[in-house]
Amino acid sequence: MNQELISKIFVPEIKKKTDALVARYETRRASILEVLRLLMDYYGHLTLEIEEAVAAYLGIPPIDVREVVTFYTLFYTAPKAKKRFNVCRTLSCHLMGSDKMIRYLENKLGIKTGEMTPDGEWSLHAVECLGACEIAPMLQFNDDRFCGHLTEKKLDELIESAKKGEQKTSSGKKQAAV
Amino acid sequence: MEKLISKYFVGGESFGLDAYEKDGGYGAARLIFDKFDAKGLIEEVKKSNLRGLGGAGFPTGMKWSFVPQNTGKPVYLVVNADEGEPGTFKDKYILWHVPHLLIEGMIIAAYANNVHKAYVYIRGEYTEPYRKFQQAVDDAYARGYLGKNIFGKKYDLEIVVHRGAGAYICGEETGLLESLEGKKGFPRLKPPFPAVVGLFGCPTVINNVETLSYLPFIINRGAEWFAKLGSEKNGGMRLFCVSGHVKKPGVYELPLGISLRKMIYEIAGGIREDRKLKAVVPGGLSAAILSAGEIDIGMDFDQLKAAGSMAGSGGVIVLDETVSMVEALMVTMRFYAHESCGQCSPCREGTGWVYKILSRITGGHGRSEDIHNLADICSFMGGTTICALADGAAMPLRSYPQKFRSEFEAYIREKRSSEAQQPGYESAGSEIKRGEGVGAIL
Repeated sequence: MNQELISKIFVPEIKKKTDALVARYETRRASILEVLRLLMDYYGHLTLEIEEAVAAYLGIPPIDVREVVTFYTLFYTAPKAKKRFNVCRTLSCHLMGSDKMIRYLENKLGIKTGEMTPDGEWSLHAVECLGACEIAPMLQFNDDRFCGHLTEKKLDELIESAKKGEQKTSSGKKQAAV
Repeated sequence: MEKLISKYFVGGESFGLDAYEKDGGYGAARLIFDKFDAKGLIEEVKKSNLRGLGGAGFPTGMKWSFVPQNTGKPVYLVVNADEGEPGTFKDKYILWHVPHLLIEGMIIAAYANNVHKAYVYIRGEYTEPYRKFQQAVDDAYARGYLGKNIFGKKYDLEIVVHRGAGAYICGEETGLLESLEGKKGFPRLKPPFPAVVGLFGCPTVINNVETLSYLPFIINRGAEWFAKLGSEKNGGMRLFCVSGHVKKPGVYELPLGISLRKMIYEIAGGIREDRKLKAVVPGGLSAAILSAGEIDIGMDFDQLKAAGSMAGSGGVIVLDETVSMVEALMVTMRFYAHESCGQCSPCREGTGWVYKILSRITGGHGRSEDIHNLADICSFMGGTTICALADGAAMPLRSYPQKFRSEFEAYIREKRSSEAQQPGYESAGSEIKRGEGVGAIL
């Protein structure tokens, strides 16, 4: 049963990458954050079946995998939207108007914070400090690019470029890179 | 003022291996093998008065001297790049702009502590800094600066780059170790301290990115030179992160002990639209707030501690006269309620209830007993938990109402409500979250 499940989830390409990750650590378990990330990138989100396969493969109880998956914010246990806005709301961003940016996006996308559009295209989340207070207010797009110095106009541009599949980043000189 | 680390923060440039070497990079790492033995290197770093720049300010050389070398177990070096203290973004600049400086610092720290395997724990949201740093590690391996017999010397060093997955608590060093071992990031009871029982049960040195990045300068130019840059017992410079209502937010490398007034008005360009200053968070969100009248202070670990606050992570958040302090505290406590790992009751319940009470006040439904209740909850949150998260939450919780009490009273008396949006606990990712107990009581 376990072997079947492992073969189903850890297809050859994924198994090879997983084994390389496991080999970096002193224990199999220590690789779990990287392994879960790898599987999430491949399958889109983490299902209970994936969790069970990870538990079997790393030799730990499924509950331990569940604990890890639910403890960290970057693991998705449900399908995620194609285009995701995570707007920072902690103090520096708050001072610079993150609430206004969140409200604007809510109106523009027709959803509330924490929701996804019914077609699965867009989602909006308010998140805690992302370590980019110098470009506040800011958001992280698709869990990757930081977009800063947000204004309503910039959000419009960001939505338009996201529709076209581009990833627009902050226009600040130093921050363009960061 | 001379720039050290920040001389590499140029535009959108990231210094690759060739550019870094052209600038003299890896000169210090080559030098140490002939110039010092491990003990001598620790003495040199002690003389520099380098302090831990992640937030605790513990003298680096002394920290290293606590690591037992004769246990028969390997010693690990763990780099804390899980930068998460709100208001702090300096490590991101180092990882992005000059990753090799950190690698060189790691080589020095490894040699001083007889380490042959090091881990770098980078916060999961720092995607591009991670890619830059991983590339730098790969390049250093390819050139023989990492791996077996580095620089042709009889010394091996392996570096593993590890990514977090979104949890403030993993910046706490033992939470980080748990996370690195593949568990949820619940901080450990101390003692034993990580120096003795750390990663995988072995002696472990944990240092912040910035702390390690100063080591090449100390080796190249001498411990005395570095010590003289700062104030008494606070050696050298540090990267201050200035954000909020200043004209020029950003990372500024300044001597420890610099005046906060000077930092705000001269270096960061003053307050936006030349408004009045109201308050400053001087060392990351967990530092006690300073009122506008308290900014004639030297920004080092000892002076800020004496003033009842802390130098912390070097994150300076500036609040102008338009800010509602009640709202700012609500936003602050929302952070801790969200990030409490849930292990200890005083923190899990305390941060949740405090956020609930503050939301009630900013929602226009404050009760006359609320200010007293906040102080009461605060009094059992400090010093009662395994890690310092609750102490960090207690610092703003105590200082805001102390210094701006009339605002809290006015909010409650006038049933004033704030414009601030208060989305609940939802965040990206899975539905069941840390601090679920708190979510349930809300």
